[in-house]
Amino acid sequence: MADLRINLAGIKSPNPFWLASAPPTNSGYQVQRAFDAGWGGAVWKTLGDPILNVSSRFAAIGFNGQRVAGFNNIELITDRPLDVNLKEIYETKKRFPNHAIIASLMVEPKQEKWHEIVKRVEDVGVDGLELNFGCPHGMAERGMGSASGQVPSLVERQTYWVKEAAKTPVIVKLTPNITDITATAEAACNGGADAISMINTINSLMGVDLDSWNTIPHVAGKGAHGGYCGPAVKPIALNMVAECARHAHINVPISGIGGISNWQDAVEFMLMGATGVQICTAAMHHGFRIVEDMIDGLNHYLDAKGIKSVSEIIGKSVPRYSDWGNLDLNYNIVAKINNDVCINCNKCHIACEDTSHQCIDMLTDENGLSYLKVREEDCVGCNLCSIVCPVDGAIDMVEAHRELPPMTWNERQKVLSLTTECKIDSNK
Amino acid sequence: MEKIQRVSYTNLERNFQEVERPLTNQEAREESNRCLYCYDAPCIKACPTGIDIPTFIKKIASGNMLGSAKTIMSANPVGASCARVCPTEELCEGACVLNHSTKPIMIGMLQRHSTDWAIKNEQTLFEPGTTNGKSVAIVGGGPAGLSAARELARLGYEVTIFEAADKAGGLNTYGIVSFRLPQSISYWEVEQVERLNVTIKTNTRVGKDVSVEDLLKGFDCIVLAAGMAHVPHLGIEGEELEGVYDAIEFVKSTKSGSLTKDFVGKRAVVIGAGNTAIDGATCSVRLGAENVKILYRRSEEEMTAYDFEYEFAKQDGVEFRWLTAPKRIIGNEHGKVTGIECIKMNLGDAGQDGRRRPIPIEGSEYVLPVDAVIKAIGQTRHLELIEQFGLQHDDGVVQVNKETYQTSNPNIYACGDVVFGKGKGDAMVVTAAQQGKLAAYSIHRQFTTVSTGR
Repeated sequence: MADLRINLAGIKSPNPFWLASAPPTNSGYQVQRAFDAGWGGAVWKTLGDPILNVSSRFAAIGFNGQRVAGFNNIELITDRPLDVNLKEIYETKKRFPNHAIIASLMVEPKQEKWHEIVKRVEDVGVDGLELNFGCPHGMAERGMGSASGQVPSLVERQTYWVKEAAKTPVIVKLTPNITDITATAEAACNGGADAISMINTINSLMGVDLDSWNTIPHVAGKGAHGGYCGPAVKPIALNMVAECARHAHINVPISGIGGISNWQDAVEFMLMGATGVQICTAAMHHGFRIVEDMIDGLNHYLDAKGIKSVSEIIGKSVPRYSDWGNLDLNYNIVAKINNDVCINCNKCHIACEDTSHQCIDMLTDENGLSYLKVREEDCVGCNLCSIVCPVDGAIDMVEAHRELPPMTWNERQKVLSLTTECKIDSNK
Repeated sequence: MEKIQRVSYTNLERNFQEVERPLTNQEAREESNRCLYCYDAPCIKACPTGIDIPTFIKKIASGNMLGSAKTIMSANPVGASCARVCPTEELCEGACVLNHSTKPIMIGMLQRHSTDWAIKNEQTLFEPGTTNGKSVAIVGGGPAGLSAARELARLGYEVTIFEAADKAGGLNTYGIVSFRLPQSISYWEVEQVERLNVTIKTNTRVGKDVSVEDLLKGFDCIVLAAGMAHVPHLGIEGEELEGVYDAIEFVKSTKSGSLTKDFVGKRAVVIGAGNTAIDGATCSVRLGAENVKILYRRSEEEMTAYDFEYEFAKQDGVEFRWLTAPKRIIGNEHGKVTGIECIKMNLGDAGQDGRRRPIPIEGSEYVLPVDAVIKAIGQTRHLELIEQFGLQHDDGVVQVNKETYQTSNPNIYACGDVVFGKGKGDAMVVTAAQQGKLAAYSIHRQFTTVSTGR
């Protein structure tokens, strides 16, 4: 069994699986149940000035029969008194000294407010702080959450205030509701953040009821945008983590969040630069017990790869993530249809014919049986056919003969500019 | 449409290949994602070995195949066999909550998918425990014995299995037709147990090749898991004729070496309508018999074979003659079976076991011309062995404490078919496996309690 322990900016936990700050970490009872089930850490449901919640708070979309492909909520930060939360944090930490408890915090953007809450939560023994600059609903209308998180200078300044008072590591949780997340990530670093976590939820409206014309969910006939999460947001989150991980000026550990549902998702985030991961929707769908397979599956994966410690995989795929301009223009792949596996649904043909590059022919063999064939010379390697193909192994995307040596767009432009300069020179 | 030929008369080997094809990876992925991952799931409770079914299925969905196989096999040391032979629609699949909304998850097939993966990828799933210096002898290497051995070895015991047959595995190796359970599956389960440093002495019959006294003296504890013996005599004329078979031996012969060609084009009858009778009948069909009839003195309702077995036999073309009992077997001058005289029955009042008793209808005798008679009317018990061990028994059913599986001798535990009797549950492989586990835990409790008490 591999060593699953992680150390995220000085916050240690027995495994990389933390519960994200959300309904599952609302109370000591829940967090203790989670630790009993095997979770390595928990980011407590955001603490701040007590709020009022509305009734009807969550909604989800399924996808073709699978429930909870995406999930949305309009619940606010904790609605329990700070004292109660602090007492339960203290008790939980006492019972689980080796598990990570991180306090998520959200207060008005005022120095003294931050100083005060940091002191209070650190007094009860938390292992770290996470600044909630991400919640997109409700609190944002009061200038907190993503309203702060969308303004780099506010991120920097508030992080700085927290660092003035904090003795434990400070994680800044970023909102994805921004054009370029590296801008706020960099601001957090400039403010002195010890780590960043991403992504918080994405602004969303889950649906509209076709009969009542109400929003989904609605509160007495009115709706407001919520925060979107769950498996559907994973690619967005993974990109944001990767963009930060490869950014020259963002050099703090990353706690990955966003649609992580199993150990494979966690491995992807860690390969793309996350030191650990935070999970919420999957636990809300199935209960805390899902962590057992996350730990077990990760262990077996690392063992099978001969990797002794999970920390060895952190960031291993980051160097492979780059700008489009650095991709090899002369690399070629083409589709190959395996007719013995193909079930002749013709979906690849029509997808290619109508919406891509018209290179899959519907043919008839000498026995009158129809089959599909790729005209490789016309195939651009777009993958669409293999994406719509419903059968494992019916379409392979294979590397094709390369006619030219590797050359990226950036290299090409460089060469072109040189020849232009040469021409100019020769014209002199 | 062209009719698919179910049985080949020229290639008998083909008839004994596993009938049910495995799930493809894609089918397994789709089916595993259909599982609701219920909490406190009824399927777990319906499994005699308590396999954490939602967890092993979730692990298939997450791509953690090793974890999935371990989840299955840790609860059931013969979980690969059970994936194929369990009456799942009466157990896990019958309990699946989706029976009430869509259709149940194919738990057995998914279990097979996981264990097949472990077999194919040559995984060793468990490690032996730290040696604790205690030794246990296990009499019988069938499902119950293997299961007890596996758990004891994991707890650090030095375990020796004494197995009368050529190979361990018991019923799974020899007693279940290979087109439902290939021998390779049973061998893999045996091998998994052997890898825990369990010694298996095959071709070693306790009471004959090794004495009961030696076992009592040489080991700290004994587990009697000897199963059952041969099929009893019908007690009718002609039983000694050539062409009369013991169903257990008959099925075993189809799993040991080459298949006989003697059944091709012949007519066979099977006496009885239990699990083994079905196996005897379907084996006969697959050996090329032209006509196979099951004769049962009661009716369809009292038949003990599972529904899926009955269905399978009918699909194989087996005919059923209800309320029909054999009266005598008729042979020719060469001592070969040529026919069987049957008598029609009526069902009278219920007997002690609650089943209606068959009563012969006088004058209803008739003769069926047949070439083979396969007897499948139950199995006798290892009475002599039980008495050599000096254990209390009820007509050959070893008496045990129902919780601990301890026999009248506190150092001897018993599990599996040797303890199955009327009203003691179904003699299923999966139940035997569970009893083996429980016996092992009781032994461990006995030793650990004693040592802490000192």
